[in-house]
Amino acid sequence: MRYLKYIWNVKVAGALFLKYQRFKSERRRVPARWRTDILAPPLKISARTKELISKHYLEGRYASGVKPVAWVTSGGPVEILQALGFYVLYPENHGALCGTRRVAVELSEEAENYGFSRDICSYARTDIGAMLSGKTPVGRLPKPDLLLACTNICQTVLFWYRVLARHFKIPLILIDTPFVYDDAPEHAIQYVKKQLEESIPVAERVARKSLKYKKLKEVVRLSKEASELWLEIMYRGRAKPAPISVFDQFIHMAPIVEMRGKPETVDFYALMLKEVDDRIKRGIGAVKREKKRLLWDNLPIWYKLRFLAEFLGERGISVVASTYTMAWGELAPLIDPEKPLESMAKTYIYPILNRGTGYKLEKMREMVDEFDLDGAILHSDRSCKPYSIGQVDQRNRLIQEYGIPALLLEADHNDPRAFADEQVKARLESFVEMLET
Amino acid sequence: MIASIGIDVGSTTAKIVGVDLEGKFVWSYIEPADPRVEDQVQKFLNLIEKETGPIEGKPIVATGYGRNLVHQATKKVTEITCHARGVFKQLGHGGTLVDIGGQDSKVIIIGPNGEVVDFTMNDKCAAGTGRFLENTAGRLRVKLQDMGEVALASRDEVTISSTCTVFAESEIISMIAHGVKVEPILKGLHRALVKRIVAMIRSVGLVPPLMLSGGVVKNPAIRKMIEEETGEKVILPDHPQFMGAYGAALIGLKLVRN
Repeated sequence: MRYLKYIWNVKVAGALFLKYQRFKSERRRVPARWRTDILAPPLKISARTKELISKHYLEGRYASGVKPVAWVTSGGPVEILQALGFYVLYPENHGALCGTRRVAVELSEEAENYGFSRDICSYARTDIGAMLSGKTPVGRLPKPDLLLACTNICQTVLFWYRVLARHFKIPLILIDTPFVYDDAPEHAIQYVKKQLEESIPVAERVARKSLKYKKLKEVVRLSKEASELWLEIMYRGRAKPAPISVFDQFIHMAPIVEMRGKPETVDFYALMLKEVDDRIKRGIGAVKREKKRLLWDNLPIWYKLRFLAEFLGERGISVVASTYTMAWGELAPLIDPEKPLESMAKTYIYPILNRGTGYKLEKMREMVDEFDLDGAILHSDRSCKPYSIGQVDQRNRLIQEYGIPALLLEADHNDPRAFADEQVKARLESFVEMLET
Repeated sequence: MIASIGIDVGSTTAKIVGVDLEGKFVWSYIEPADPRVEDQVQKFLNLIEKETGPIEGKPIVATGYGRNLVHQATKKVTEITCHARGVFKQLGHGGTLVDIGGQDSKVIIIGPNGEVVDFTMNDKCAAGTGRFLENTAGRLRVKLQDMGEVALASRDEVTISSTCTVFAESEIISMIAHGVKVEPILKGLHRALVKRIVAMIRSVGLVPPLMLSGGVVKNPAIRKMIEEETGEKVILPDHPQFMGAYGAALIGLKLVRN
């Protein structure tokens, strides 16, 4: 019965309805509140992004009892779970969605009232708040059967997922990725690979089926293809004017984070790349009168995307590239479908957040050259300590050693209570004036 | 003869400056900021007109937190740019400018040609600003303008461990309850404020010479302690509190020339 309900609601009626919605919105005119005087019209792909993400959450709503459900961290090695047919939910993505829909504070407060400190990551608070209260803007989140946390993005996930494991009374797979200073030593890669191998029987038990190696290779191949396409899209920012801004990237990155290893994700980014190329051919810039080009460091400020895009766009500033969105593409070359576990171990040990602060500085400097940028905005994210640590020095060294103007902007990726409107405006405007003279 | 007008609507005070064609500081006026910004600015403009002659057609450049509310303005520019412009014109060299305002402090690195090279501002906390002293002055029943002298006269100094405005107040109450005298407390308070400021200077890296502006520099203890903490001699422009408005007027002058 549950299965029939799932098929009907997700694959038939839901899919048709979402397709119809997309069809309608593709034909709709640009919304009146869109600042077409300063920004390019929204990407056509937006309708498809919405369809894809809505479908993903719709599936989640009816997945319990039909498919095994796993909750995983954004940098988690998801391919094994995908190959076993899990429905995979990313609490961080859900958190971001709550941020853009302006419900993150309400959910955070649920967690804070329960006793979780406001100093904890706002994604964790949003997620734990959603878990405790059952509230979510997507209808209903499926109860997980398995948890997968990988420490390659931070150590918070370890404690956060332990809270989830205790609450739901389910197994937690922990993939511990040693920190990389220069190059990962072979024993560190083997250590991660061993953990991946050991995670397989745990996941198999929950899924009640065994992993087909061929299927795993297929999923890894799809992961690689989607990541490569995403990387291509990022590199298109080299064009002048830049066809898309980081604010577009932030919106359209959801599939590469939460739907890696699926064929529809590859199709989606192939289509997006086509549209971006078309923009380049027609000379369309994300910001209409692009005067200066900037780099963004750290997570987005989810509840202020439009504000930032418009505030900067109005002043001819296009934020072209970011270390954050790049992170989901730059490791694509390391993925090898022929050696799935070995290459996954390598890929998942190397994210920018698992590497030294010197590496990030070097990366930023390279990106400034690569994308021909005029400066950098470093979002000092109260919630994300591993991303923000070292930013004061990185900023100073960008300025003093490389002559790249840089601004440190204090905020929080998901908690608007840590965002001071007037102060942010004052800093941004002063920075823009500084760039102009 | 006024050629251009600069208005700086800050969080604590509002200032207006008129300059002549050479950019000389000719006329100025200051009073506590009124939340009805437009009315206050109109009053300022009437005043300058009455005292210096017609201002019609002359550029008015607004700066400060309230700049966007100044509808009479020809142009709006941030405090960072204006302060740098004003101080550079007066002193004729670059360096590190520290502006300590009512609710907002900034450190601006000015290049050899007067351009802004880098800047930082206090974030989400008024502890490194004039408001820190103002808040506690009331609590200690000392007049704001006397605070610096009193602090400097004290030989002893207590450590105010917290640099949060609100917590500092409760710390002070507890000290008074324990019989600590007002003077060493005041000295400790100034030290706490200066340490905040010096940390900001260090975060961008001090490029000598060190220059000061803003209302708080009228306080001699602040100046002396900044010198003590940084080991640099502090240079003051002629009208430290008006540097934002002065810089704004200078930017207006450029509009006239163009």
